[in-house]
Amino acid sequence: MIDLWEGLRQAFWLVATADPELAEIALRSLRITLSALVLACLIALPLAALLAVKRFRLRRTVIAILNALMGLPPVVVGLVVYVILSRSGPLGALGLLFTPTAMIIAQMIVIVPLIASIAHQSLRELWHEYHDLLISMNVTQGQKMRTLLWDARRALLTAALAGFGRGIGEVGAIMIVGGNIDHVTRVLTTAIALETGKGEFALALALGFVLIALAIAVNLTIHWLGQTEREGRW
Amino acid sequence: MSELFPLSVKGAVTRRHGKVLVGPVDLELDGAGTCVILGPNGAGKTSLLRLLHGTARLHAGEITWGCGTEAARNAQAFVFQRPVMLRRSVGENLAYPLRLRGTPRTEARARARDWAARVGLSGLFDRQATVLSGGEQQKLATARALIGDPGLLFLDEPTASLDGRATREMEEILAKARANGTRLVLSTHDMGQARRLADRVIFLLGGKVHEEGAAEGFFSAPRTPEAQAFLKGDIVE
Ligand SMILES: Nc1ncnc2c1ncn2[C@@H]1O[C@H](COP(=O)(O)OP(=O)(O)O)[C@@H](O)[C@H]1O
Ligand SMILES: [Mg+2]
Repeated sequence: MIDLWEGLRQAFWLVATADPELAEIALRSLRITLSALVLACLIALPLAALLAVKRFRLRRTVIAILNALMGLPPVVVGLVVYVILSRSGPLGALGLLFTPTAMIIAQMIVIVPLIASIAHQSLRELWHEYHDLLISMNVTQGQKMRTLLWDARRALLTAALAGFGRGIGEVGAIMIVGGNIDHVTRVLTTAIALETGKGEFALALALGFVLIALAIAVNLTIHWLGQTEREGRW
Repeated sequence: MSELFPLSVKGAVTRRHGKVLVGPVDLELDGAGTCVILGPNGAGKTSLLRLLHGTARLHAGEITWGCGTEAARNAQAFVFQRPVMLRRSVGENLAYPLRLRGTPRTEARARARDWAARVGLSGLFDRQATVLSGGEQQKLATARALIGDPGLLFLDEPTASLDGRATREMEEILAKARANGTRLVLSTHDMGQARRLADRVIFLLGGKVHEEGAAEGFFSAPRTPEAQAFLKGDIVE
């Protein structure tokens, strides 16, 4: 229990004094996960919309695979990305291993199936509702997808938040491809793992509290942004 | 829009799981007035409307328009028995078909305002469409179908779940559309409505056109015993 209180005290202290190292690590966490989230949404949302409106032979298979990949172990993703980006790997020449870019790629792969699956659920429901109308209006495939994505934007926000939550708290993949290098690829979760390993529980806890606070802050901000556009806009 | 007609239907059939929903149907339709499809529940009214509109698969026979199928498709609109509301405001629902066809935002909005006024929904312009009453939703769906100035409008039992006043308002909207040159094809099992609106009647029974012709003739002197019974209000199956 001493450790918990000590952790709280230190966390408070680190935040209150705007500890530069903590700020650097937290901002890096935020930057990497938000980048991964934006890229993941660019892939996952159109994919989810396509799966909702288009009937093709392997549709069910793709959906089943996406659902299965939701539980993808990040460590394995990290390993695969590591192999691909390592010097002797197919993309080794890019020199991306142990850079924030590699971490963004790995996190993106971890959260794409999650976002796509959750988004697909709500888009499919909405498509069921809109189907007759949009078919009657003879709209193109692209117009169908855009209509669904726009009208389901609230639910999609929730999907994105779930993706953010999984990304910001993820450690296995980014530890492997990032290497937890001080001032380069160290983020909150990898720092926590490091401090815990060193027996610095108080500091690890402090970082953990900051991580939680960050996650809550981002959730609240995005929700608040969603609220402000509530009334009809043109 | 007149090149949409004549609509010519020859031996058209649509099936579902091997069962014939409607057909074979032979019909000729020209470009004016209101055609009412009558018949008991399950007679195939909805199926026929969907078949003509092109959203039910044509399994046999042919349907030809005065113009190409794709052009015909874009010159017609459909109002469903249970209105489908986009999860948007009333104004955005009205503007949606215009925006689909590339009408600029401000123009689409202006025309949406105009149509909201025409159907008495001005006060609800910024309201979420999904919270409107059944009558308001049906008026909105009809205005949204008419805003693109279709040459032909299908309506599937448009007033089936509406009360007297909402029904009258709907019929006024339809009368205006007809006067503006939109060809109306609607199904109903409200005999009073059929008498008020129809120029022409198609009486369906068991998925087939049982009797068909000018409204006056049909209502004053139906030829078949089933149509006579149906008009008297007897149960016809
Ligand atoms: N999706 C469907 N699958 C199977 N049978 C259907 C389907 N839709 C309608 N039917 C059947 O087709 C017949 C005609 O239906 P419908 O066109 O809805 O009649 P109406 O609109 O005149 O009540 C009915 O017997 C109905 O049960
Ligand atoms: Mg019906």
